[in-house]
Amino acid sequence: MTLLSINGLTQKFGGLLAVSDFNITLEGGELVGLIGPNGAGKTTVFNLVSGFYQPTDGEIILNGSKTKGLRPHQVTALGVARTFQNIRLWHDMTVLDNIRVSQHYRMGYSLLDAFRRSKRYRENEKRIDSIALDLLEAMDLRQYADEYPKNLPYGLQRRVEIARAMSVKPKLLLLDEPAAGLNSADVDGLIKLVRWIHKEFGITIWMIEHQMKVVMSLCSWIKVIDFGSTIAEGTPEQIQSNPTVIKAYLGDDTI
Amino acid sequence: MEFVFQNILNALQWGSFYALIALGYTLVYGVLLLINFAHGDIFMVGAYIAYFVATLFLGTMGLGPTATLVLAVPLTMILTSCVGVTLERVAYRPLRRKGAHRLYVVITALMCGLMLENGNLALLGASRKYFPELMEKTVYSFAGLSVTNLKVVVIITAFIAFAVLQFIVTRTKIGMAMRGISWDKFAIPLMGIPVDSIIVFTFVLGSGMAGLAGLLFAMAYPVLEPYMGALIGWKAFIAAVVGGIGDIRGAFLGGFLLAFLEIGVAAVFPSTLRDLIAFTVLLLIMWRKPTGIFGVAKHQKI
Amino acid sequence: MQRYALNALLLVLALVIIGLSQAGAIDLYVQSVIMFMAINVIMSSSLNLVNGNMGEFSCGHGGFMCVGAYVGSLLSMLLFTNSKLFGAALLPPATAVFLFPIVLLGAGVVAALAGIIVAVPSFKTRGDYLAIITLAVNYIVISAIQNLDVIGGPRGLTGMRPTIAAMGDVVNLPWMMIWVLIGCFGSVFLIRRYISSTYGKGVNAVCQDEIAAEIMSVDTNRIKLVTFMISSGLAGVAGALYAHVVGYLNPGSFDILKSTEAMVMVYLGGMGSLSGSVISAVVFTILLEALRPLQIYKWVIVPLILILLMQFRPEGIMGNKELSDLFPRMRKYFTFK
Repeated sequence: MTLLSINGLTQKFGGLLAVSDFNITLEGGELVGLIGPNGAGKTTVFNLVSGFYQPTDGEIILNGSKTKGLRPHQVTALGVARTFQNIRLWHDMTVLDNIRVSQHYRMGYSLLDAFRRSKRYRENEKRIDSIALDLLEAMDLRQYADEYPKNLPYGLQRRVEIARAMSVKPKLLLLDEPAAGLNSADVDGLIKLVRWIHKEFGITIWMIEHQMKVVMSLCSWIKVIDFGSTIAEGTPEQIQSNPTVIKAYLGDDTI
Repeated sequence: MEFVFQNILNALQWGSFYALIALGYTLVYGVLLLINFAHGDIFMVGAYIAYFVATLFLGTMGLGPTATLVLAVPLTMILTSCVGVTLERVAYRPLRRKGAHRLYVVITALMCGLMLENGNLALLGASRKYFPELMEKTVYSFAGLSVTNLKVVVIITAFIAFAVLQFIVTRTKIGMAMRGISWDKFAIPLMGIPVDSIIVFTFVLGSGMAGLAGLLFAMAYPVLEPYMGALIGWKAFIAAVVGGIGDIRGAFLGGFLLAFLEIGVAAVFPSTLRDLIAFTVLLLIMWRKPTGIFGVAKHQKI
Repeated sequence: MQRYALNALLLVLALVIIGLSQAGAIDLYVQSVIMFMAINVIMSSSLNLVNGNMGEFSCGHGGFMCVGAYVGSLLSMLLFTNSKLFGAALLPPATAVFLFPIVLLGAGVVAALAGIIVAVPSFKTRGDYLAIITLAVNYIVISAIQNLDVIGGPRGLTGMRPTIAAMGDVVNLPWMMIWVLIGCFGSVFLIRRYISSTYGKGVNAVCQDEIAAEIMSVDTNRIKLVTFMISSGLAGVAGALYAHVVGYLNPGSFDILKSTEAMVMVYLGGMGSLSGSVISAVVFTILLEALRPLQIYKWVIVPLILILLMQFRPEGIMGNKELSDLFPRMRKYFTFK
């Protein structure tokens, strides 16, 4: 089954046309890029897929279900996770708690269980604990479990954020400018991490990114948008030499 | 029919008070994004200042009522502005300097209000003060309606005040600076505009309006007591929010809207239900449109 | 065994207090201060859930206490007393000895339902707007009761005392002290269990970054609803206890001043710190009693304290830490993480 299918997606904010007739189809296991100049509408597309906005027109079908009218946490439960341009970790909670809270969609117990500390509560808390610890272990973050994200270097914070996204066992991972703010050593680490996640978990990764090094080395297919509309798509080599793309980024002056 | 018009006149007068106070709330909120919870009590302070000024001029200095009134208006406004500015300098500015969370400033404002109320009660005692009569009451009757000259003065003053404020905010440079600060207070100093002065000016305007309202209110309802600002202040505040806080048109409209609501309710229902129903209606409006009638929701970037 | 040490200590403390009250070793004044302290602990810790852990700005906690106080009193009068209002008692008054919790439960449930009124707007708005709504609700509750002459209106309500007397007839114990202490420990216990669970940690997530919470599968609306309801429900329980301790209710005593008291305790203790709210409630109650001779100046000094707090130590006594963060070895002594 097609993992993600977007048809005719259009988003207007008042008079501004942020996204115009966006279409894409993603199958399982792909690693796809979404690039374009600043303000092109890329994050808006992600926000639409995540369920933060309801599209003015068009539809988004995730795993066979339409996401129309769903709230973000319900969309997540369908199998999508994402990270944000500005890392949105919960800085006053430990790394471990950051992962634990993401298990809300499968908590397995009710409020009353929590009050009574019933068997169901204890068993589920143990399960959540081990899921979180195992994930941190797999992502080589186990030693930071009791740290607060605000005390970690930026590169590690990004890792934690990606780990948190992975904890909801997504089939589709949306990465919004994951390399933003990273130094070159961290960028290399990021590329390795994304490649590893892609291979290890076999999920589809859709990435917005400005740093061409990241996009070109990871993505097998790239979509380019500008002013809300798709202006090109293709393999990294095709995109690199596409004059429309170059013009969009660098302007009209011939070099 | 006269009944309706009479109530409309009453509502216009009552709304003028709410509007004048609401304008002060909205000015400060528009610039600082701060709900100055102490504002209703500044209104009360204004009324008391007017009382002392009037008593001083009438009594000790033996001036006539008209002369007293003419002097009392600017003096009350200036002195009340001083109180407002002092509050800003002493309580709010240090927190602003530290970059404190807005919540802390709001709590401070709430506490300042309480201090003003209870300080008044402690210092001046619980006995009420009676405001001397400064304007001879003439009643105009026409078409079965009666309206005192005072009512007319109050209503006209409110409209003039609004016009003046609207002019300042939209047409003058300082007004533009005021609006600019609310959008980006870091960029403004970079443009060479002194933020602190603008803020002081805003408090001067807002508190001055409250002082004026206090004086007029004391003239219309000459019994003063320390908690008089509390309830009216809250209501004016809610009116400002319902109108859309940050926009002075909203404050003005909200003030009258609330007054019409209250007078309307009191005309139909037993008067004890007046506040209850008014608050409930406001609550419902807030439920449906939290940013108020003129308000614009601040868009959060995801 | 050691892990239950804290619970055991609290139990011993409670028994000592009850014992001393029974023996008359501590006079009635001190007893009432202790009871008010415990009620304040409930108010402070329940408001902290919303204002501290969830980072909202609820200014109307007094309103929920009022709801609980009246509902509790009416239930008490209905079930256990022969009152003018309701006629004969529905249950034999002696059963109050073990059925009194129904009164508390009823008060809490109705107050929790009232909490829905402020919870729903909080789905879409935060901060200042919510502050207004909570203020308005506080005021509406008081105003509504003042208009209900059948339950006393502005003159107040009385008639709860016979219930306590009935309990005393069965066994002569300081019943209100017992119930208040049970209510207090129970509330803190419940809150602690809530916020230390993964469920409850969602509250902190919503506070720190609501958008991230939504994306990470937290049902933010449900969390807000549940948290508001627990908070106002416990305030209701505090109100019902208060009503029975004092024996007389006046709607005006639950106005903005009461809400301010609750807020002072929360911010004094430290937003989000449960131990902070408990400590500050104790400190604050003692402070209020110490300032009593100053009468009206009390209400100049209390706001001043909070202003100074905001200036110089806005994070309050405990910041956002718990006692167990400051004294890690304490962790050995209690059962929950």
